[in-house]
Amino acid sequence: MTPGGTSGAPGVVVVTGVGRYLGAHVAARLAADPRIERVIGVDPATPNPELADLLSGVERVRLDLDSLGGLLVDLDVDAVVHLALVTAPDPQQGGRSAMKEQNVIGTMQLLAACQRAPRLRKLVVRSSTAAYGVSFRDPAVFTEETEPREVPRGGFGRDILDIEGYVRGFRRRRPDVTATVLRFAPFIGSTADTTLTRYFSQPVVPTVFGRDPRLQFVHFDDALEVLHRSVAEEHAGTYNVAGPGVLSLSQAIRRAGRVALPVLEPGLAGVAAIARSMGFGRYGLDQVDLIVHGRVVDTTRLEREYGFTPRSTAAAFDDFIRAHHGGVVVTRDHLATAEQLVLEGIRQVRAAVRERS
Amino acid sequence: MSAGEERNEARYDVPLTVPGPDAEPARRNGHRRAAAAAAEPAMKAAPAAPDEPDTSADEPAPAPRTGAPGDVAPKRTVAKKTVAKKAVARKAVARKAVAEKPTDEPGGGGAGDATPPGPAVADRPGDHWDRKVAKGLAFLRRRLAGDYEVDEFGFDPDLTDAVFHPLVRLLYRDWFRTEVSGVEHVPAEGAGLVVGNHSGTVALDALVLSTALHDRHPARRYLRLLGADLVFRMPVVSEIARKTGGTVACNPDAERLLGNGELVGVFPEGFKGVGKLYSDRYKLQRFGRGGFVSAALRTGTPIVPVAIVGGEEIYPMLADIKPLARLLKLPYFPVTPTFPWLGPLGMVPLPSKWLIEFCPPIPTAHLRDSADDPLVVFNLADQVRETIQQTLHRLLERRPDPFGP
Repeated sequence: MTPGGTSGAPGVVVVTGVGRYLGAHVAARLAADPRIERVIGVDPATPNPELADLLSGVERVRLDLDSLGGLLVDLDVDAVVHLALVTAPDPQQGGRSAMKEQNVIGTMQLLAACQRAPRLRKLVVRSSTAAYGVSFRDPAVFTEETEPREVPRGGFGRDILDIEGYVRGFRRRRPDVTATVLRFAPFIGSTADTTLTRYFSQPVVPTVFGRDPRLQFVHFDDALEVLHRSVAEEHAGTYNVAGPGVLSLSQAIRRAGRVALPVLEPGLAGVAAIARSMGFGRYGLDQVDLIVHGRVVDTTRLEREYGFTPRSTAAAFDDFIRAHHGGVVVTRDHLATAEQLVLEGIRQVRAAVRERS
Repeated sequence: MSAGEERNEARYDVPLTVPGPDAEPARRNGHRRAAAAAAEPAMKAAPAAPDEPDTSADEPAPAPRTGAPGDVAPKRTVAKKTVAKKAVARKAVARKAVAEKPTDEPGGGGAGDATPPGPAVADRPGDHWDRKVAKGLAFLRRRLAGDYEVDEFGFDPDLTDAVFHPLVRLLYRDWFRTEVSGVEHVPAEGAGLVVGNHSGTVALDALVLSTALHDRHPARRYLRLLGADLVFRMPVVSEIARKTGGTVACNPDAERLLGNGELVGVFPEGFKGVGKLYSDRYKLQRFGRGGFVSAALRTGTPIVPVAIVGGEEIYPMLADIKPLARLLKLPYFPVTPTFPWLGPLGMVPLPSKWLIEFCPPIPTAHLRDSADDPLVVFNLADQVRETIQQTLHRLLERRPDPFGP
C-alpha cells in the first residue's frame, strides 16, 4: 500500500468496538474485502459469543482506547474506524457515567493516538443525526450545514456534539488525514436490535399526545455498505446517512400493526426515568425528544459523493416489520375483513330498509 | 294529486342530481350558485338536497367520513357499528334474499310514502351512497394500515383531501361566502410564493386561503403555509399544521419548498397582523426583515401578492389584555364582543363576507444575485406591501357591508 497516498483501499484497518453488534459486522465485512490486507478489531471486552463466529477473519486485540497509540504506530495502521459508541446508558455497565466515559473520553483518547500515528491517512467516525439537537424552531429537514439551535437534553446527543467537536479539532491538526464523519439515522432492519427496534416491537407503543414526529431510519445493511465504502474509498467530510423518505410515528406504528398509546407530554421525561429505574425499557431523554420532535435529514450529499442511495425509510421499516411480526395486534387482513363486513352490513341494512318502505 | 305531482318531481329530481340552481333557491348568496356550478359538481354538490330522503337509511354512513379528524376516534365508531350492524344485518339477509328484486325497483327516491313501481333509474342515489360508504371505509382502512405517503415536511395529502379541506370548505363557502378572483395569477406549475395580509385574531385566513386556492385553482395546487414557531410548539396544533402541509417559517424550509417547485404561502406580518385591534383593520403592519423576499430571490420564484378581505371581522378584537397574554405566554390575549364573555360560544367566528384576490405575479428571476442586497429586498417587500394594501382598499369598496350577502 502507498503510505500517505490519496486513493485506493488502505492496507491495515483498525476497527474499534468490535465487541458490539455494529463493530463486529463492519470488521467482518472489511475482512472479507480482498483489497484490505489486515483488519484489527479492538475492544476492551471479549465479544458476545454469537458475534465470535463473525470475527473469524479479524485479528482481535483486547485493549482500552487509551493504550491504542502504540498499536497504531507498531502495526503501521492506515485507517481507523471508530464505532465504539454507546447509544443508551446500560445500568448493568455503569449507567450514564460509563457511557460518557466510553463515548467522550474514549474518542478523545482515540483521536490523541491517531494524531501521533504518522502513517494514518484515514479516519471514519460514527456519529448520529442526534447531532442536530432538537428545537421547535428547527427547520424541517437538516442538511449537514445546519447548526443545532439548542444543545440536546439527552446524554447521547450531547456526547455526539462533543465527539464531533473533537473530530473538528483533529481535522485542523492533521489535515493530511481523510476524516469522514457519518451521521447515522437510527438503525433498523431485520436483525438490528436497538432501543428503537425494541420500542416498535412492543404490542402497545407509547406516543406523545398531540405530536406525530417525522422519523427516518437507515437499514443496517445500508449502514454497513456506507461504512465499508468510507474505508475503501475517499470521502472526506460529514455525511448524513438515512433512508430517503419519511414515516410519521403514527404511520410506522400502524404499519407495524401495533397500537399507539398517547401519553401526555408534561412529565413524560420523569415517567420515562421511573420506568427505566423499574426496568421497563431504556428510554432516556434522547428517545423522548425523538418522539416529540422527530428528525429528518437531507441525504443528497451522501447520494452524490458515494454514488449510493440507501433503501428508503419505508422499505427499511418494512424489512423490520417482516422480521418482527410476533407482537402484531392488527394486521392488514383484519382491517380488510372488517372493511368488507361493515360494507356488507350496511348494504344489507339498506336493502332491508328499502324493502320495508 | 299534489302528492302525485311531488312524486313525479322527485322522480325527475333524483336522476338529474346535477346540483341545479333550482335545488336550493332559498340560498341568498348569488355567488355560491355560480361557484358550485363552475367547480366540480360531483364532490361539492354531493350532499345537496336531493339525497336527503336517503340519509335516514344511511345515517351512520357519512359519520366515519366527516367525523374523522383524529385517527383513533373513527376506529371505535366502526367497531361499534360493526357489532350493531351485524345484528341487524343478519335479520336483513333473510329478508333481502326474498325482497331483492322488488326493492331495486321502488327504492331510490325512497320518499317514505307508499312507493309505486318507479323506473329502475331511481336506484342511482342508493349506488351513490354505497360508493360514498365504500370510499369512506377504504379511507379508514388505508389510514389504519398506514398505507399513505407523508413527505419530508410531514405533509399528508390523503388526510388533507379527505378531512381538512372538506371541513374548511364548509367554513369558507357556506359560512364566509368567500369570493375568489385572480386565481389565474397563481402559477399552474413550478414554485410560487403567495404573500398575503394576516388578520382575524385566530389565523383562519391561512386555512381559508389554502383550501380556497386548492379548490379554485385548475391545477388543484396545495398551498404550503409557513407558520410561526408558536404553532409548532403547541401539541395537536403542530401535528395538524404539519399534516396539512405547513412548516416552520424559516429560510431553509422556505427555500427547500420553493426549490422543490411547491407553492408556498406566507404572511409576513405574522402576529402583528393577526393580533391587531379592530380599529386598525385592513392596515397592513410592518413586513419584518423581508425574509420571504430573499427566499424568493434566492430561488428565482415569482411573488404573488394576495389580498384577503373579511378576516378582520370574524373575531373583532376590541382590546388586548397584555398581562394575561404574558402570563399565558401568548403574543396577545383578545377581547372580542363574544370572547371571553360567551365562553366557548365566543369561539364561533362572525359570518363576515370574504373576498380574496390574487394579484399579478412579480417576477424575481432576474434579481437572483441580489438576494443579499438589503436595498433590493426592502424595495421588493415594499412593492408587495403596497400592492396588497391597494388591492385591499379596492376590495373594501366592493364590499360596503362586512356582513352582507
